[in-house]
Amino acid sequence: MLMNYRYQEYLNNMNLNELTIKEAADGLKNGKFTSVDLTEACLKRIKERNSELNAFITVCEKTALDEAKKADKIIADGNGKLLTGIPFAVKDAICTADVRSTGAAKILDNYVPSFEATVIKKIRKQGAVLVGKTNCDAFGHGASNENSMYGPVHNPHDLKKVAGGSSGGAAAALADNQCIFSIAEDTGGSIRQPASFCGVVGLRPSYGRNSRYGIMPMASSLDTVGPMAKTVEDVALLMEVMAGQDDLDATTVSDKVDCYLKELEKPINGMIVGVPKEYFEAEGMDKETKEIIEKQIDLLKSRGCKIKEVSLPYTKYAVATYYVLVPSEDSSNLARLDGIRYGVRADAKNLFDVYAKSRAQGFPEEVKRRILIGTYALSAGYYDAYYKKAQQVRTLIKNDFDKVFKQVDVLVVPTSPFPAFDIGSKSKDPMVLYLSDVFLSPAAIAGVPGLSVPAGKTANGLPVGVQIIGPRIGESEIMRIGHNLMK
Amino acid sequence: MSLTNQEIKKIAQLARLELTPEEENRYAETISAVLDYMKILNEVDTENIEPTAQVTGLKNVVRQDEIKKCSANKQLIEQMPKVYANELSVPGVFE
Repeated sequence: MLMNYRYQEYLNNMNLNELTIKEAADGLKNGKFTSVDLTEACLKRIKERNSELNAFITVCEKTALDEAKKADKIIADGNGKLLTGIPFAVKDAICTADVRSTGAAKILDNYVPSFEATVIKKIRKQGAVLVGKTNCDAFGHGASNENSMYGPVHNPHDLKKVAGGSSGGAAAALADNQCIFSIAEDTGGSIRQPASFCGVVGLRPSYGRNSRYGIMPMASSLDTVGPMAKTVEDVALLMEVMAGQDDLDATTVSDKVDCYLKELEKPINGMIVGVPKEYFEAEGMDKETKEIIEKQIDLLKSRGCKIKEVSLPYTKYAVATYYVLVPSEDSSNLARLDGIRYGVRADAKNLFDVYAKSRAQGFPEEVKRRILIGTYALSAGYYDAYYKKAQQVRTLIKNDFDKVFKQVDVLVVPTSPFPAFDIGSKSKDPMVLYLSDVFLSPAAIAGVPGLSVPAGKTANGLPVGVQIIGPRIGESEIMRIGHNLMK
Repeated sequence: MSLTNQEIKKIAQLARLELTPEEENRYAETISAVLDYMKILNEVDTENIEPTAQVTGLKNVVRQDEIKKCSANKQLIEQMPKVYANELSVPGVFE
């Protein structure tokens, strides 16, 4: 149901690319405009803005218009579904059939997958229109989108600032109305943090909720794929399409997929909201960010939620745990990229040099660093001290969440300790950037879902996101709170 | 924890990565700092704590071992960096 003022706005020539999924689907259904109109509006915006923002690595101009024409016919025949004819973008570390997928690394500069990620297949089966593949930190390695071999993404709210990472392009393209929604991947914050920096909604689902088939693997025991959209309602709608068990991903779980859109409308009155003190006492926390998040908590209180201070004592070990587990799994997963069967092969005479040079030329600095850290951590004599130790601490971090969700329904915390920072300001020392994951890694390690929702802006006009974390398969609860906060 | 350039070289060889001397210096420095930070994990008593490899609780997910049709042969060959007589061409394994 369109709210009246929005409806009026787009009747008054509001740019079609600024619509939400709900609004666009309604307009398509009622014949107010066509998918070709909508797709052209997004493509026009991309053309105008991509040289400044650099959100897209590949734009699918021709195929998008073909898909839009097809969608218009489906709608005209009365067979349209919720996503039929809606233009969307996909992070380039997710495989799309017959559309170049680089993962933002030159080793895959010419790679065109012969298959499609399961979640993308489900979305395209509904007739959604793929407008392009978005920039990211190569293979998801980063929190600023500066580790892309196709250049950094600029934040649409301030071009000097990063868009966040690793899914910076997916967030920036959406915030800048270059698509109606986008699909990205979150291993340790890659959806939530750029969503907060760009002022859009982003959901990291529970590990195992959505199929990872066709996602370029980073850390297989933490990787998730989820939606970014302009409203929580749109995210809920997308999750209804994306979630569920998949024969092609043995780690997907059989838990029933909720009717998320219905779940959003349930009252929040009486829900117990946990506020973990560790997240508010963190070093380097920006004062404005803290105030904005505290206001959100007050808002929930005024709407009938019970606020309870809780503790997650192992929080301070999460970043160290994460940066042992992830590079270890990274180094193993990225061994497949060697220039032999696909991708770019370097010229060299012997086999070792083909591997070593293809990888040297095709990976950016941070990818190499993670491969080196992981290879070291998994090497003979160090495995127990690093990987096994981190897996044990992982158990304790997970126990923290298990215990706390016996007392509260959701946790409300900042997504990031600070808003978007200047491009180049944190890229010298990797530890500085790793530490920006402090509010993002714990949920990832525990495999629980987290939703980032726009909570306000700083005096300089930079968006701040509030993060709602729930228990495993608690997507309905966190979206209900998020939806309420956006009202 | 400080890694020497020699150790970086050894790891890079294991990982099949060619590094320039400047890269060796940079990685020795930055990775040593990361490993230093990881020492914080030694503060945690993990005696008798089981390691967590994954969080779903799923165990032994099996399927039938069946051959499935794949129609992507042509596309897969198109992706190969070097093709000889419709097959993947690679440098010799033995010298």
